[in-house]
Amino acid sequence: MKLSVDNLAVTRGGVPVLEGVSFTLEAGQALLLRGPNGIGKTTLLRTLCGLQEPLEGEISVSTETMAYGAHADGLKATLTVRENLMFWAHTYGTDNVDAALERFNLTELADRAAQNLSAGQKRRLGLARLLVTGRPIWVLDEPTVSLDTASVALFGDVIREHLAGGGMALMATHIDLGVEAEELDVAQFKAAPPKESSDFDEAFL
Amino acid sequence: MIAILIRDLRLAVRAGGGFGLGLAFFLIVTVLVPFGVGPNSEILKTIAPGILWVGSLLACLLSLDRIFALDYEDGSLDLLATAPVPLEGVVIMKALAHWVTTGLPLVLAAPILGILLNLESSAYVWMLASLAVGTPALSVIGAFGAALTVGLKRGGLLLSLLVLPLYVPTLIFGAEAVKRGADGADAGLPMMMLAGITLACAALLPFAAAAAIRINLR
Repeated sequence: MKLSVDNLAVTRGGVPVLEGVSFTLEAGQALLLRGPNGIGKTTLLRTLCGLQEPLEGEISVSTETMAYGAHADGLKATLTVRENLMFWAHTYGTDNVDAALERFNLTELADRAAQNLSAGQKRRLGLARLLVTGRPIWVLDEPTVSLDTASVALFGDVIREHLAGGGMALMATHIDLGVEAEELDVAQFKAAPPKESSDFDEAFL
Repeated sequence: MIAILIRDLRLAVRAGGGFGLGLAFFLIVTVLVPFGVGPNSEILKTIAPGILWVGSLLACLLSLDRIFALDYEDGSLDLLATAPVPLEGVVIMKALAHWVTTGLPLVLAAPILGILLNLESSAYVWMLASLAVGTPALSVIGAFGAALTVGLKRGGLLLSLLVLPLYVPTLIFGAEAVKRGADGADAGLPMMMLAGITLACAALLPFAAAAAIRINLR
C-alpha cells in the first residue's frame, strides 16, 4: 500500500492555510510534519482523516485505512482503562485489548477509572487505542505531549514495530522519537493570503 | 454500533452521568402541581394528561445537551467520526441510549405519578402507550438539536429554542390520546399520528443530525 497526497489544499475556518501539499509514503515509512505553531499541521491531518473536506487535491487511500490520534484522547473519565479501550476495540471489530494494555504498560492500571490517571498515563491509554484499531496508517497529532522520557522511548518502539509490520505513520511532532523518518516542513506550503477582492463594496455593508 | 449504546448506558449510570435527572424533575413537577392548583380532584383530573405530558417533555429536554457535547469536549466525537461506524448509526445509538435512560423511566413512572394527579382510571393504558410511542420522537428530535448546537459554548439555550417547536406535535397528539382515553372516546387517531411522527423522525433525523455533526466538526 502507498499513501500519496497530490496538490492538497486545506482550509481552516474558510481561510486557505496550506496549498500544493504533495508527498508519498510507502509501507513501512514514517513522515514527520514540522513547522511553526498555527501553520496548519492539525488542519492537514484532520483533512487527511476525512474530518474536513480538502479545498482541492487528491488523497490516494481511503480514510478507512487511517487511525487518527488527536490532541484530545477521547477518554471517558468514569470508565476504567480497560472499558475505554474495549469500547474502541468493539467499534473497530478487534479484540487485542490485553496486548495493547501490555504494550503500553497499562496492565496494572486496567481496572482504574480513567479520571484517576495522570496526564501521561491518559496519553498512553490514548495511544494504546491506535494498536486496537488495527489500521495500517496512523495519523498522529502531537502524540508525545505529556509523556515522560521512558514513555517517549516506549512509544518510539511501538512506532518502529508498527512500521516493521508494514504500517505507516504520519506525525506532527516537535521532538525526536528515535524513529527513522523523513521530515516534511509544512511551512513551504503556506497558502498565499487571500487577495483583497476588488469589487468589495463598503457601502453595501 | 451496539458498543456505542452499551458505552452510553454505562456512562449514564456511573457517577455524574445524569441518569435520574429527568426522572427527578418529572417527579418534582407532578408532585408540586397539586399543591399549586389545590386539592380539587375534578380540576386535577382535567389537567392531568396535559401536566404529565408537559412534565415528561421538559424532563426530556433537560438532558439533551449531554448527548453530543460531552463527546465533543473530550475529543471522542472526532474519533467516532473517523471510526468504521456511520455517523448516522452513532446518532441513532445515542438517541436510543438517551431514550433508555430518560424516556423509558418516564414511561414507567407516569402511571404511578398519575395517581397524584387523580388521572381517570381508563386513561392509564393510554398514558403508558402514548408516552411509550411518543418519547422516542423526543429523543431523536433532541439528538438532532444537540447535533446542530454541538460546537457551541453554552448551546443549551439555543438547543431548547430549536427543539421546543419540534416537540409541539408530539405533545398535542400525546396529550390528546390520553384525554380521549380518559373520556372513554376512541384514541386511535392521535395514537396513529403520534406513531407516525415518531417513525418519521427516526427515519429522517439521523441523516440530518449526522450531516450537522460533520459540518460542526470541520
